[in-house]
Amino acid sequence: MVAFVVVSHSAKLADGVIDLAKMSAPEVPMFPAGGLEDGSYGTSFEKISRAIEQASGSDGVIVLTDLGSAVMTTEMVLESLDLSNVRMAEGPIVEAAVTGTVLSASGAALDEIMEELEHL
Amino acid sequence: MMKNETILEIVGKIADRISEEKLFLTELDNAIADGDHGINMSRGFEAVKEKLSGADIAVPADLFKLVGMTLVSTVGGAAGPLYGTAFMNMAKALKDRTELSLEDFLKALEGAVEGVKMRGKSTTGEKTMLDAMVPSLEAMKAAFAEGKDTKAVLEAGVNAAREGVEYTKTIAATKGRASYIGERSIGHQDPGATSYTMMLEEVKKAVV
Repeated sequence: MVAFVVVSHSAKLADGVIDLAKMSAPEVPMFPAGGLEDGSYGTSFEKISRAIEQASGSDGVIVLTDLGSAVMTTEMVLESLDLSNVRMAEGPIVEAAVTGTVLSASGAALDEIMEELEHL
Repeated sequence: MMKNETILEIVGKIADRISEEKLFLTELDNAIADGDHGINMSRGFEAVKEKLSGADIAVPADLFKLVGMTLVSTVGGAAGPLYGTAFMNMAKALKDRTELSLEDFLKALEGAVEGVKMRGKSTTGEKTMLDAMVPSLEAMKAAFAEGKDTKAVLEAGVNAAREGVEYTKTIAATKGRASYIGERSIGHQDPGATSYTMMLEEVKKAVV
């Protein structure tokens, strides 16, 4: 199953997106990387690295991001980890989380899910 | 132009300056975006100061790499990956040089500019730090080519960066969080261009 990482400036938002997606796809592995280590708003290189490492090892990982630095920091994490089956999806984070995890639960592969998310 | 000790000193000065200007940078950011630039930058540079105090640094590239990586880990906003990439690219450009000549410094800054363009998928005229970085580098390269001394070159750079900050007041943001308010960002100076100019001012003060 394709796993998901949700990167947000807000820990609550990342957790909330995952809660919502779990309603329709509880079996899909999802990992939040929201806020800074001390709980304040922002994106944390270490938190994102940890979440992606936890998520990897499955059939691939899709990382969903909210704004600006979430995208840039995730790009830097991916460059440093050098994993081959991790992708970043653009587009609305809530819709992408729900659509992506439902597809993952139904057995869709990494590339298939990525293609669907592009049309959101 | 610069040895490790001088660079360390300058980074310390930059950290102090950013701390002093924390509220000002935050106010600038508040006017057009999410108001975290000052707080984020000062958190990042405080962490840099701490990291550098006990670090084993052989060549300037090590120092720049450590600064870059620390900023990426601790800033938390867009300035983290942007300035982080800038400093890490400076390290890459310098390789194992043991001392920085003016020419090395300019080459490193070229790497920094390329890094910010790549990381932010951005260019000049979008109301970002690049509007200070690019014209100041061009001015310094021109002054260097004319055979001017370090003092004159850095002066040209700082002046062009300040003009770049003024220029950001005249344009609408099309990149970053400020682009959400588009035309309404006109009249406000860009916080990233401002913080970059502060850093260059500290370099000039320390070297000249």
